Amino acid sequence: MEIKLKKGLKLNLEGAVTDITAIRDVRPTRCAIVPDDYPGLTPKADVKVGDSVKIGTPLLHDKKNPEINLVSPVSGHVVEIRRGERRKLLAIVVENDGSADSENFAIPSDAEGVRAVLARSGLLALMRRRPYDIIPSPDDQVRDIFITAFDSAPLAAPMTAGIEGDALKATLEKAVSALALITTGKIYIGRHHGMALPTIKGAEMIDFNGPHPAGCAGIQAAAIAPVNKGEVIWTLDLTTLFRIGRLFTDGCFDPSAIVAVTGPEIKNPSIVRTSIGAPVTEIINGMLAEEKHHRRIISGNVLTGQAVGTSADGDCWLHYPYRQVTVIAEGDDVDEFMGWASLAPGKMSTSRTFPGYFLHRAFRPDARINGGRRAMIMSGQYDDMIPMDIMPEYLIKAIMARDIDAMEKLGIYEVAPEDFAAAEYADTSKLPLQQIVRDGLEYLRKELE
Amino acid sequence: MASLRKYLDRIKPDFEPGGKFHALHSVFDGFETFLYTPRTTSAPRNAVHIHDSMDSKRTMIIVVLALMPCFFFGMYNTGYQHQLALGINEFQFWDMMLYGFLTILPRVAVAYIVGLGIEFIVAQWRKEEIQEGFLVTGILIPLICPAEIPLWMLAVATAFSVIFVKEVFGGTGYNVLNVALVTRAFLFFAYPASMSGDNVYIASGKPFGYGYELPDGFSCATPLGQLATQSGPDIALTGVDGSAISLWQAFIGLIPGSFGETSTLCILIGAVILLAAGIASWRIILSVVAGGLFMAWIANTFASPLYPASYLSPVEQLLFGGFAFAAVFMATDPVTAARTNTGKYIYGFLIGVIAILIRTYNNGYPEGAMLAVLLMNCFAPLIDWCVVQSNIRRRMNRLNAKSVRS
Repeated sequence: MEIKLKKGLKLNLEGAVTDITAIRDVRPTRCAIVPDDYPGLTPKADVKVGDSVKIGTPLLHDKKNPEINLVSPVSGHVVEIRRGERRKLLAIVVENDGSADSENFAIPSDAEGVRAVLARSGLLALMRRRPYDIIPSPDDQVRDIFITAFDSAPLAAPMTAGIEGDALKATLEKAVSALALITTGKIYIGRHHGMALPTIKGAEMIDFNGPHPAGCAGIQAAAIAPVNKGEVIWTLDLTTLFRIGRLFTDGCFDPSAIVAVTGPEIKNPSIVRTSIGAPVTEIINGMLAEEKHHRRIISGNVLTGQAVGTSADGDCWLHYPYRQVTVIAEGDDVDEFMGWASLAPGKMSTSRTFPGYFLHRAFRPDARINGGRRAMIMSGQYDDMIPMDIMPEYLIKAIMARDIDAMEKLGIYEVAPEDFAAAEYADTSKLPLQQIVRDGLEYLRKELE
Repeated sequence: MASLRKYLDRIKPDFEPGGKFHALHSVFDGFETFLYTPRTTSAPRNAVHIHDSMDSKRTMIIVVLALMPCFFFGMYNTGYQHQLALGINEFQFWDMMLYGFLTILPRVAVAYIVGLGIEFIVAQWRKEEIQEGFLVTGILIPLICPAEIPLWMLAVATAFSVIFVKEVFGGTGYNVLNVALVTRAFLFFAYPASMSGDNVYIASGKPFGYGYELPDGFSCATPLGQLATQSGPDIALTGVDGSAISLWQAFIGLIPGSFGETSTLCILIGAVILLAAGIASWRIILSVVAGGLFMAWIANTFASPLYPASYLSPVEQLLFGGFAFAAVFMATDPVTAARTNTGKYIYGFLIGVIAILIRTYNNGYPEGAMLAVLLMNCFAPLIDWCVVQSNIRRRMNRLNAKSVRS
């Protein structure tokens, strides 16, 4: 089946990976697990500094659901447990000894066992559930499971990069057959139109044709079978599905991460194979173009990623979903005279008032907001970017007003912050839509639990 | 440019809290962000890292640009009507332009000084950034008034609507009614003698000592004003020189009327700019025109001597008065219009219908478009509410249908 999504955002940025088959291995010296990457998780550390761990050894668990673990991506010993204000757990850092020592998980064959092993192995935390866009709970009554097989965000590499080959289909089918025990409904895999992914037995293959956010699992769910109040769905990406397949094939947690190193500030954009939570500085080592201006290193893509630092004492890690690093100019050292009147062809915009709109070229945007924050003035801007049957403007207003009844009616259970990223980019009022949606989801969850 | 940046950086501390000009902080900030794109960058997480280059400054400036054809034509037409009233046969282009320019200049200045002054004060008081909404309003106000509206009236009306229609609701983006139209409505109801009648719409003054002394007793109302005194199927509309007004003249705009809204041609150019830039909603413009044509057709089909305007053909209805201007520049104001796509069709269509309805069946108010837009401004939230409710109901039905099946 093919679904065409018209709404959304096509951005053409400089710094795309040209050769996805040339994969460079980066063995990180240290890796970190950052609990903040996992919304809905209340972390409690399971290890102390100095403990030795293997790949797959639990580093921390969720206080509310103690069976949910986050596990170590490398073998070695714990060198640091970073805490912030009020002893908030910020990160657990593990030094990598380079060995492939791995915990072995018994492969179950019943639904309870599958749920338990997913939670214990940290794979459950790599998925998300709607409502609330948080990590799933092992005892969720799952209506359907939605897997996106492509990332439509700017400069993203194909999710099959690095895992192609004969083993791919068999591994994915193994994962699908395990997940099938969990849901009473269907398992959908959202392929990109024209993508070379074989049909996976046990899953419904849906081809999507359209711009970003067509690759977001939640957008695909909305097009296939929207979430209603009271229902729970799980969403994940193909990489996570592959990891699940590996777990059910050889009983090991697969911590490898295929990362596309991209962006206009990278001189040779390419694909790197490393581990979950590796330091971004080690991943991009030697890849930055020689420039004097300030730069922003983003763990993730330009729409939903996190800015990270280069200092080893700060936040310098590859963050969830561990797929991409993008480097752009920061722009806080630029003086642009009357930028609002500019006709420079290098200005990127969805507006036809910029010549760049008509030029088929790649852009080098920086991190500036390009304007001041305003009230919602222009109408319909969000509608054009969100291919869902919701009223985004009214949902945002309901969230800002903390009106729970209106939020429910307007479909807050269907959305995640990432669905609003394209709208946030295009918004001329420069409202922080993703933050608003995240705050709204958190508020709702606290009020209703 | 670097020296200007340096200068701004040097004087900036004076406007920060504790500085000697702190009371002017918003003004400084307004000018600084006008001159230089702010250096503010995106939040580090839970946010996009790149933003579209489009902002509300550029949006507003495009609207002002789209108004420029109307503005320049208004200058020309003001001079033209002035000289036509005098009986001159040879028209000097620059002569007319200069006369129109000198006539309108004080009005533009007053509208901006009063409106922006209030915006600056309120922004400083609320500790907010100065917002650019009044850039458009300030040029719209002179365009929709008679060219010679007394300055003090303009000042009072502008102050009234900026304060009571915009600022008390929270400023740009929060107003329910169109600020420029409320200014006009205020003038219309508070000072009717200066907004209608036989000699309001022909400039007769000598701005800055420029222009001619007009003979006493000249008079010419706008085409719609003349209608009220007519009866019967044969309508004779005349210009200030006594000759009949052709449809072509009405289309070009060489007829008496408010400063900037006589020329349907220039309004069309403005519409093309707004639509090409993707700023105005084509849904609204299209449905206002459709609603207007529909109602004009009905009125014309059942034309009656009681209501002389009903003898106007649908095309004439579109060309005369402020209808076209309201359709392109007033109804499309995104803040006061309906915000949902379905709502925009309903909102626009009703504006068109009501504008012609008022114009035709209420001889006291020759200009129906202004009242129609203001009325629908009030109903836009209700229309949107209904559209949103239908979306909500569809979602509820989706759930109900499921529980019935299972």
